[in-house]
Amino acid sequence: MKVRVSVQLKPGILDPQGKAVEQGLHGFGFEVEHVRIGRLIEMDVPGTDAADVKAKALAMCEKLLVNPVMEKASIEVL
Amino acid sequence: MRVAVPVFPGSNCDHDALHACGTVMGWDTIPVWHQESRLPENTDLVFVPGGFSYGDYLRCGAIAALAPIMADVKRHADNGGLVLGVCNGFQILCEAQLLPGALLRNESLRFIHADVHLRVERADLPFTRAMKAGEVFRVPIAHAEGNFTLDPADLADLEARGGVAFRYCSDQGEIGETHVPNGAMNGIAGIVNLGGNVLGMMPHPERAVDPKLGPTGGLGVFQSLVEAFAKA
Repeated sequence: MKVRVSVQLKPGILDPQGKAVEQGLHGFGFEVEHVRIGRLIEMDVPGTDAADVKAKALAMCEKLLVNPVMEKASIEVL
Repeated sequence: MRVAVPVFPGSNCDHDALHACGTVMGWDTIPVWHQESRLPENTDLVFVPGGFSYGDYLRCGAIAALAPIMADVKRHADNGGLVLGVCNGFQILCEAQLLPGALLRNESLRFIHADVHLRVERADLPFTRAMKAGEVFRVPIAHAEGNFTLDPADLADLEARGGVAFRYCSDQGEIGETHVPNGAMNGIAGIVNLGGNVLGMMPHPERAVDPKLGPTGGLGVFQSLVEAFAKA
């Protein structure tokens, strides 16, 4: 099954990249705030049971995909 | 004294580490490929070098932390063996959970290459015992991700237990935001684990040890290790 893991910096963690992009958008006249930049990971995971596949993706987050000091993830099974 | 220097694809300060430990200090210094599963027999110090292991893919140090040799580095550390991680080596030790915290992108978003001053916060470690508490030394930094971060409760714990080994400061030893090059919390440049045997730091002491190449502000760390081993 197709799995999409979205990794975001935790609230409160400084995101200088997001800040720079926000300033860039302001430069174009867009009204925008709280721009945060994250990472999107897509993969195929064998299995047909969505809950089972999600559990596997969660284990991957814990082992490698996410650093809990600074990041949090949300998992979507498509 | 025997030093092992793990080498990952993308390490680029491994030769600085080999030069400082091998040529300058005269220690038996052995490069160890990351696919090896064992450190050399009787390794006293593991020097995890700087660079861009695995191209900094995913997060700096995240993939290197999973390399086969790192399991033996953890075993060495758990047995009280000395581990020094510099720059990317520090990032790898954090990702391997040998040290707390994470190194985020510099506040300025820029790669910074500059000489900085560090204040010794702990002078009782195997890495600092030839120095004095409050002493200031000058060493280079060269990184884009050196912004040390930890959640507030863990940061308070780290400070309370004396986990901060080095802090960025002025040439007079003054502490303050203006002296922190990268946005690191509390101006933290280097930390040590609970046992005092694993030290990670962003600045490069190994690049400031050879008078033929320039200033030698980093020698204190290596002279401390000499003392530590003379005692052991």
